Amino acid sequence: MNDVIGLAPWLVGFPLIGAAILLLGGKATDRWGHWLGVLASAASGVVGFILMFRMIGMPAEERSVDHHLWTWLSAGDLDVDLGIRLDPLSLTFVMLVTFVGTLIHVYSVAYMDHDPHRRRFFAYLNLFVAAMLTLVLADSYLLLFVGWEGVGLASYLLIGFWDTGRPAARENAVAAKKAFVMNRVGDMGLIAAMALLFANTGALDFATTLSDDGVGSLSQATATAVGLCLLLAACGKSAQFPLQAWLGDAMAGPTPVSALIHAATMVTAGVYLMVRSGPILEAAPTAQLVVVLVGAVTLLFGAVVGTAKDDIKKALAASTMSQIGYMMLAAGLGPAGYAFAIFHLLTHGFFKAGLFLGAGSVMHAMGDETDMRRYGGLSRFLPITWITMGLGWLAILGIPPFSGFWSKDGIIEAAFIPVDGQPWRAWVFGSVTVLGAAITAFYMTRLFFMTFGGRRPRWKDNRHPHEGSPLMWWPLVFLGVGSAALGAVLGIGGTFTTWLEPVVGHAEHHEPVLPVPVIMTVTILVVVLGALLAFRMYAVNVVPEEAPRGSVLTRAARRDLYQDAANETLVMRPALGLARVVEAGDREVVDRGWAALPQTVSWFGSVFRRAQSGYVRSYAAGMAGGVLVIAVVAWLVGGLGGAQ
Amino acid sequence: MDITNYVVLAAALFAIGATTVLLRRNAIVVFMGVELMLNATNLAFVTFARMHGDVTGQVLAFFVMVVAAAEVVVGLAIIVTIFRTRRSASVDDVNLLRG
Amino acid sequence: MFPWLTVLIAWPLVGAAVVGLGALGRSRTGSASAGIGLARPLALLFSLVEVALLVGAFAAFDPGAAAEHQLGETYPWIPQIGATYAVGVDGVGLLLVALSVVLVPLVLLAAWREQGRDEVRLRRFVGLVLLLEAFMVAVFCARDVFLFYVLFEAMLIPAYFLIGGFGQGAGRRRAAVKFLMFSLGGGLIMLAAVIALYFLAVGAGVDPGRAFLVDELVAVDLGTAAERLMFIGFFIAFAIKAPMVPVHSWLPDVAGNASPGTSTLLICVLDKVGTFGMLTLCLPLFPEASRWAAPFVIALAVISVLYGAIMAILQTDLLRLVGWTSVSHFGFIILGIFTFTPLGTAGSSFMMLNHGLATGALFLVAGFLVSRHPEKSQQIADYRGLRSVTPVLAGTFLVAGLATLSLPGLATFVSEIMVLIGAFSGEPAGSAAWAIAAIPGVVLAAVYVLLTYQKIFTGAPAAGLEALPDLRVRERIVAAPLVAGLLVLGFVPGLALTYVDAPADESAALTAIDEPADAAAQMGSDK
Repeated sequence: MNDVIGLAPWLVGFPLIGAAILLLGGKATDRWGHWLGVLASAASGVVGFILMFRMIGMPAEERSVDHHLWTWLSAGDLDVDLGIRLDPLSLTFVMLVTFVGTLIHVYSVAYMDHDPHRRRFFAYLNLFVAAMLTLVLADSYLLLFVGWEGVGLASYLLIGFWDTGRPAARENAVAAKKAFVMNRVGDMGLIAAMALLFANTGALDFATTLSDDGVGSLSQATATAVGLCLLLAACGKSAQFPLQAWLGDAMAGPTPVSALIHAATMVTAGVYLMVRSGPILEAAPTAQLVVVLVGAVTLLFGAVVGTAKDDIKKALAASTMSQIGYMMLAAGLGPAGYAFAIFHLLTHGFFKAGLFLGAGSVMHAMGDETDMRRYGGLSRFLPITWITMGLGWLAILGIPPFSGFWSKDGIIEAAFIPVDGQPWRAWVFGSVTVLGAAITAFYMTRLFFMTFGGRRPRWKDNRHPHEGSPLMWWPLVFLGVGSAALGAVLGIGGTFTTWLEPVVGHAEHHEPVLPVPVIMTVTILVVVLGALLAFRMYAVNVVPEEAPRGSVLTRAARRDLYQDAANETLVMRPALGLARVVEAGDREVVDRGWAALPQTVSWFGSVFRRAQSGYVRSYAAGMAGGVLVIAVVAWLVGGLGGAQ
Repeated sequence: MDITNYVVLAAALFAIGATTVLLRRNAIVVFMGVELMLNATNLAFVTFARMHGDVTGQVLAFFVMVVAAAEVVVGLAIIVTIFRTRRSASVDDVNLLRG
Repeated sequence: MFPWLTVLIAWPLVGAAVVGLGALGRSRTGSASAGIGLARPLALLFSLVEVALLVGAFAAFDPGAAAEHQLGETYPWIPQIGATYAVGVDGVGLLLVALSVVLVPLVLLAAWREQGRDEVRLRRFVGLVLLLEAFMVAVFCARDVFLFYVLFEAMLIPAYFLIGGFGQGAGRRRAAVKFLMFSLGGGLIMLAAVIALYFLAVGAGVDPGRAFLVDELVAVDLGTAAERLMFIGFFIAFAIKAPMVPVHSWLPDVAGNASPGTSTLLICVLDKVGTFGMLTLCLPLFPEASRWAAPFVIALAVISVLYGAIMAILQTDLLRLVGWTSVSHFGFIILGIFTFTPLGTAGSSFMMLNHGLATGALFLVAGFLVSRHPEKSQQIADYRGLRSVTPVLAGTFLVAGLATLSLPGLATFVSEIMVLIGAFSGEPAGSAAWAIAAIPGVVLAAVYVLLTYQKIFTGAPAAGLEALPDLRVRERIVAAPLVAGLLVLGFVPGLALTYVDAPADESAALTAIDEPADAAAQMGSDK
């Protein structure tokens, strides 16, 4: 391993250099800039492959390597190195990010073909890849935070990629800002967690803080606090309840961005953080329970929202939120769940990226129309997109043997295992995951058939949908194959679980509250039922072109269960009110208070000024009076003195 | 002769002069009041000089006369100038120094 | 040994004299080209030579002993009252000298076209800038309390004229007076404390000819009551200068009315004298009183962090907004100083440098933006959609803004996280709670930076602004070193931390509760 570890910095280095060249090079790089971007991402992927093949050849216990680059921050009692931690977990992410990332780079070459700012787009994409790899390769919380905010910045720049030119562009800028600010709310948690960790363990690197000694020096309460702070950070980045509101708006960005950042990689960083911080969470059962709760709530929240969305990208965004809820739930289950959380993250990365790119392909064909009620019957016109998205659809439903089945089924089974001898948790969270699977089946089938099914198209006749260039559909094919096969390849025989074992630890086998075959059968049954219901409603029946008013729940789901209204009422308005009070206080109290000082002085002046009448005789009278006073005083004092 | 009479006379003259200065508006009359006060002071000086047998008081009286003479010259010139520009010799018309 | 510091102080004075020659004549307003136009190049030359001298000073400074005051020189100045000319810098002082020296040429370059073409006016302007530079360098070097006080007040003279005479806002004269009154008020209280300190030191047996020297005063035991009073005297002056809530009122007015270059020098460098004074005078001279006041100071610092950020969000004037962000950042700096931990103190020292780079960049880029507006408007609402018109300007503004919101990867992040983490494990009671309370400041920072960026640079371009020119070469030369510095120090902060780490340890040791040390000494003497 040590002979190739020197390559590891290049994982980040290639895309970073690419981004720097594209940003600083200006218009000179316009002609070939996008290919440089692809090359940088691919080079990073090649390095990743080399490292992975070397790692597979290593014995399991030697697979975790910390590579020190240089001393980053050394002051006072804090010493943080800039270093890389290469282990099966980070390498899994490296493979996902570089492989899916490179495919999406290639796709974007065609997708962004007509955009005059394609070079800038690729610069941001490369910046994102570099930041994401920094995030997963970091060997300390502090460096992880650099990647953490770096992907936030890239996400901000890419959501707001079309933020100028047209008046409506302002909305994209608002969405970008919303994403960044909500992420920052989460980041407060990461900062607080680092403060707590430093105060208790005196370090911020994983090697110390996550070691048995490091975790052992945390009291139960501290560990819970750290765990909850980390969860807050994860909620921001992974769009988990209650910080989920930004993800739907983030769909304002170009579709490849939604595929890469807001589906496959960046939004799963929260799950990575949870799994990476596993030892701390395990020391804090309360925090773990909260993680599971957050996952369960988000899982249902996203699924319900997904059933009502007519915008294809927003429906997929809700689905992403819901699927990350699954991963988060698994991450809260301890070692039994970690491997499946990451496994689902990996398979989800493939099928959701495929679905998003497919949606991009549909939008490309339909002149950037995103309303699914204007689609219909597209399978004849977009056969490749249809097949690849179909594979993704089957994968996300969890139909065996497609990849989602292997990972999601693992999570459902893990959820049914009682924790600490508390069967109620197994029943509650197990049922939630099954229910979520049913709703997922409904909304994904709805999405799939509203787009491709239906007897007659609902778009205007002057559209002539057709597949894009090979640069667009080849990535779809790759991702489609991944959606179909990746799960089986890695899932059969527990290959992936074994691969991650050096990092996440070995899970003791526990029996679920129901026999595994029963869980599996019930899950598949409800999934099929959900899918059939959607098929009947959206493929057999005619889809109205205008959305019907719908039930109360539908209307609520369309408005994201009033998340924006809730944020507005509960947070924004009170905060703005407070800010206005502070502002008025500064103006009326502080500023006036200081202004009062000179005003008082000048008031005294204005009083004494009156004595200066300018009349000689009044001055003379003053003098005479003064003399008289002095004379009287002198006489009195003298008299008293005389009396003595 | 008892010294008290001289002192009382000086005090009376001074009081008359002071009253004149305070109450009269005409600058010339005010001026005369000032002169009266100065001379009352002179009288007091000379009286006490005689009483103590010391000439310092008399010397001071001479000084006062000289200063008074100079003052009359300058003061009258100012009054005349003011009268020429303002057609009035009232001291209340001259309040340019009002704060 | 070569007197590096004296040369660094004297050279801008020479420059000010040379350039200022002829500036005393009557300003010929309206004449297109008066004089031969040498003022700006000459001043730039002087400031660049100063940078070269700075390199020499760095070479002569031993970073291994950064906690000690090096390059020292001491000469009698006014022997009758014991005032000496004593200079010397530790690592923190050297970095702040460097900040002053580096920012001056950038400000001169940024203001190249700002003050019109009237040569007499330009001579006055650049002369005042060089004069201010000399005073700023000197104040960071001063090791004599009296000298420090004199320079502390002397800085106000060029600053006052730069604000009032060369500002852009309509209220510049009023702002200049406000600035002067606040500073003089604080200075007066400090003067009383300086004089009292002298007499107490002489009373305690210090040689009257050396009783203003910081090195002598450190050893004097003042007694609890007197120490606290004098701490308050110094602290109020420094808090006004810093500026800290609630004595901050002068700053937004100055920021809104002064020219961006002046604001850069004033807020990014001159105001550091406040926090620098807290660190190098308040803590070592009055350690017990500093501990006594710390809970109160920390509370005010955190209030400043949140207060400044909230006020920034609501501003409609771009330059006032940048001014308010500084109130927030100075809150962080003061928070770090009064945690008495090596980490927090080192973070604060580093932040003094980073704030200068980041806010300097933001002020100057905002100035570039305002100078492009047909009416030189500073109102954010008068701009819209400029990213498509001036992409490089937008990008530079965003980078400066990201530095202001402490994005990881930039130097400001390193210092801010050091302050926050250090404060969390800080020594004074309640500092952990206050550190947590300061954390929402990072969210508010994101709001004020990105909201401003959104309003100015996104959407459809505003009418009349569709053809604004992008950043010129001269302006790019101004922005590049600042951005590069922020990036390099973000990934290799060790370059600067070498200079602030040892002084921070020393400062934390000074303010540490000294009972254990006393007890140990006692035990040693018993044996």
